[in-house]
Amino acid sequence: MKTPVSTSATLKAAAPDLIPPRKYKQYAGWLVLIAVLIACSIRTEVTPYQLITGLPQMGSLLREMFPPDWSYLSTIWGPMMETVQIAILGTTLGGLLAIPVALLCASNLAISRYVSLPARMILNLIRTIPDLLFAAIFVAVFGIGPFAGMLALVFFSFGIIAKLTFEAIEAIDPGPLEAMTAVGANRMQLIMFGVVPQALPYFMSYLLYTFEVNVRAAAVLGLVGAGGIGLLLDRALGLFRYDRASVIILLTLVIVLVIDYGSTIIRRKLL
Amino acid sequence: MKNMTSPLSGKPSGSVIGSRIRFALITLFIIAVYYWSVQGMQFEGIQGTAGTVSRSILQGFLHPDWSFVYIAEGEDLLRGLLDTLVISILGTVVAAVVCIPFAFWASTNMSRQLAVSGSGKIVLSVIRVFPEIIVAILFIKAVGPGSFAGVLALGIHSVGMLGKLYAETIESIDRGPQEALIASGANRLQVLRYAVLPQVIPQFLSYSLYRFEINIRSATTLGLVGAGGIGTPLIFALQVRNWNRVGIILLGIIVLIILTDLVSGWVRRRII
Repeated sequence: MKTPVSTSATLKAAAPDLIPPRKYKQYAGWLVLIAVLIACSIRTEVTPYQLITGLPQMGSLLREMFPPDWSYLSTIWGPMMETVQIAILGTTLGGLLAIPVALLCASNLAISRYVSLPARMILNLIRTIPDLLFAAIFVAVFGIGPFAGMLALVFFSFGIIAKLTFEAIEAIDPGPLEAMTAVGANRMQLIMFGVVPQALPYFMSYLLYTFEVNVRAAAVLGLVGAGGIGLLLDRALGLFRYDRASVIILLTLVIVLVIDYGSTIIRRKLL
Repeated sequence: MKNMTSPLSGKPSGSVIGSRIRFALITLFIIAVYYWSVQGMQFEGIQGTAGTVSRSILQGFLHPDWSFVYIAEGEDLLRGLLDTLVISILGTVVAAVVCIPFAFWASTNMSRQLAVSGSGKIVLSVIRVFPEIIVAILFIKAVGPGSFAGVLALGIHSVGMLGKLYAETIESIDRGPQEALIASGANRLQVLRYAVLPQVIPQFLSYSLYRFEINIRSATTLGLVGAGGIGTPLIFALQVRNWNRVGIILLGIIVLIILTDLVSGWVRRRII
C-alpha cells in the first residue's frame, strides 16, 4: 500500500501534470452500479442469502441424477440424431440465403446505399429475435415437429452468417477488384473471380461456427415442440425421471463436444 | 467445400491423383451427410390451416395489442421487460464476479504448473457447453420457477464464457509492471493489486457488458420454460394464439434489445 502513495507524493513534487486525475467519475460509476444492483435484487427478490440457501437444493437434484439410466440411451439416440440433422439443414439453408444478402449489404459491392442500408437494418432486426422465439412462432404455424425447428434455425443462422460474411467481404483486398474493373469485368465476373475466392474461406468458417451454435440451439428447440432431443428432456423432467434427464444431458454434452472439436479442426485448416 | 479443396490441390508437393481422390472423398462424404439429414427430416407437408394461421399472425403483428403495454394491476409488457432486464443484469453481475477466480485459475501466466491452468480451462469449457435453457430447467426443478432460477441459469452459463475471455485477458497483460513490483519487493497480493488488476479491469468490464448484451437476448427466452421475465406472457399468448399480444411482446423485446445495445455500447466506449 505504502509504495505507490509515496511515489505519487514524489511525483507531485517533481512534475504536477503526471499526477493521474481524481477518480470521482469512476467512483460515481461504481456507486450507480451498486444502486442498480440493489434495485434489481429488490425487484426480483433475489438476494445473496437466497443464493446460499439455493445451493443445497441444487446438490440434492444432482444426487438424484446419478446414477444415470444408461438403458435409456437406445431410445434417445434417434432424437439426438434428429437434433443434429435439424442443425445441419438449418445452418445450410440459412447460409445459402445469407449469400445474396451479404453481397447486397457489403458497402464495397453495393449497388446503392438505398439498398444496403435497409438490408442491414432488416438483418439487425432478425438478429434481435432469439432462436427459441422463432421456434415457438413456427411451431404455431407449421405444427409440432422438426420442420418448425429447422425453419427457426434457418432464420437464426441467416442473421448471423449474413452479418459476419458481409463484414468479411468489406475487409477483402480491393486490389483484385480494381484490376478486374479496369479490364472491364461485369458485376457477376467481379463477384465470381474477385470476391468469392477471398471471402469463401471466411464464409465456410462462419458456417461451421454457426453450425456449432445451432447444435446447442437444436438441443433445446424441443422444449417448445420443435423436434429433437429437447422434447424427451422435457418429458423426462416432467415425470421426475432425473436419471433419464442426466443421460440426455450427458449425451448432448458428448455430441456437442465432438462437433465442436471436429469443426474447430476444419476451421483451423480453412483459415 | 468443393471450391475449398481446389486451391489445396494446386500446392506443389501433393500429387494430382492424391488430391483428386481426397476431393472425391470429401464430396462423397458431404453428399452422404446431406442425404442422411434430409432423410431424417420427415416433412409432413404444410398444414391446410397454415395459410389462415399465417394471415392471422400477420394481422396480429400489424395490429399490436397496445392495451397490454401497461396494465395497472397485473402482468403487463413493461413489467415483463423490466423483469427480463433485471434478470440479465443480475445474472451478468453474478457471472462477472464468480468467474474472476476461475479466470485466474485458468490463465497460464498465473500458475507455474501447466496442469493447474489446463484443469481450469477444462472446467470452464464444461460449464460453457451446457445451453442456458437446460441450466434454467435444472434450476427451476431445484429452486422453483421464477426470476431466481433465471438469474442462476444466466449466471452459471456466463461463467464459462466470461471466464475464458477473462483468462485470455490475464494471459495477454504486459509483464513489465509485474516484474518491476517483484523486483522492488512487493508481495503477491500487492503485485495483483497494482500490476495485474489495473491492466485487466477495463477489459473485464467491457467483456461483461458484451455478455450482458447476449444475456438479455437469452433472458427473453428463459421465460418460455418458466424462468421469469417477458417469455412467460409470450408463451401464454402463443398458446392461446393471441397474435396481437404476441406482436406487441415481440415489438417490446426488439425495442428493449436495441436500447440496451445502444446503452451498453456507449458505456463500453467510455470504459476503454
